Amino acid sequence: MMEYIDMHAHMASRTTDDYEQMALTGCVALTDPAFWAGFDRSSADGFDDYFHQLTEVEPKRAARVGIRHYTWLCLNPKEADNRPLARAVIEKIPKYLDRPNVLGIGEIGLNRVTRNEVATFQDHLDLAVAHNQMILIHTPHLEDKYKGTRIIVETLLKDGRIDPGRILIDHAEEHTIGMILENGFWAGITLYPQTKVSPQRAIDMVERAGPERICVSSACDWGPSLPIAIPRFALEMRRRRHTERSIRKIIYENPAAFLSQSPRFMLEDATDRNGQKAAPSAPLGAR
Amino acid sequence: MESRPFAGPMTGVQLVDEYFIENRTRLLDLAAFLDRLDRAADPAVDADFRMRAFREAVRTLSDSDGDRVGRIQMIFSDPRTEPTDGLDQKSACGAYRPEKGER
Repeated sequence: MMEYIDMHAHMASRTTDDYEQMALTGCVALTDPAFWAGFDRSSADGFDDYFHQLTEVEPKRAARVGIRHYTWLCLNPKEADNRPLARAVIEKIPKYLDRPNVLGIGEIGLNRVTRNEVATFQDHLDLAVAHNQMILIHTPHLEDKYKGTRIIVETLLKDGRIDPGRILIDHAEEHTIGMILENGFWAGITLYPQTKVSPQRAIDMVERAGPERICVSSACDWGPSLPIAIPRFALEMRRRRHTERSIRKIIYENPAAFLSQSPRFMLEDATDRNGQKAAPSAPLGAR
Repeated sequence: MESRPFAGPMTGVQLVDEYFIENRTRLLDLAAFLDRLDRAADPAVDADFRMRAFREAVRTLSDSDGDRVGRIQMIFSDPRTEPTDGLDQKSACGAYRPEKGER
């Protein structure tokens, strides 16, 4: 069994059984970005309970099966068009940023690419910069993805305060991963059984773009999704005859390298099974 | 680690050996979907913006110009470059719906 880190898993919407499945298949740590609950919340006060869940409840639930739980805080793009709600939620976030499992601001971004969503995205960027936080970014899912990703990248590149190396732009697909990587950002690929990327397509993207600054995640939430999508991705990489070192690079070393930019992110077990520090990875595909 | 694209560890024939059956199944699913629409005999289907994009994507599948997946992604994508003024609906529908008067 190979250890892995799930960069994007909405565990607040999953069962304890899912945590157990993830632990049984090698998950050692995950990051749980703030998400849309499947309905619009009636007021900003509901977010106090949600942020409490992300910073207090879920870490304990994960720890019972030996998984380290980290989180990102924000108002998810699905609710970001509501400017009064967004402003009220963003005001609440700073008091949670010192919690020990908080890695930064996320998943911010765009959903239907409205002017209000862009304004809320900018407010989140200002918050992240003011508090020196890392950022996890959501990109729209279907016909809006190219347009939304392009506007996100342009907004970030125009902002002289932003370090692309501390930002992961998630839900990348074939038509967007180039603009993400070429501009110095980290690219996330989310594995889904229906609406996003299959393991086969994710591997194609890794092969075409090279393995640097690419992470994969389950992005599991309340919709059709698989909490153990990453071990299934690893299985598919083996089927495609990639080496174990190449697999480890994508599912463990890359996320560990990105997340280790936060002083809060720690992996006690950043050693191999013999207690030795992990050796430098061979080029993807080297055998 | 050097970052460079490559074709993958498998030869073309090995890829066919390993993946032909499941992709044959996907192709039959697509054909069955199109046949199902024919049986429905609903003229509205031909005017539906999603199915216009879908049929263009199917034509792209069978050409030999390369990067089919990237080009099909762009067939379904919103070509506009500016944010919209207001939220029309919460969820995306999978294909760009042209404004009246467009294409």
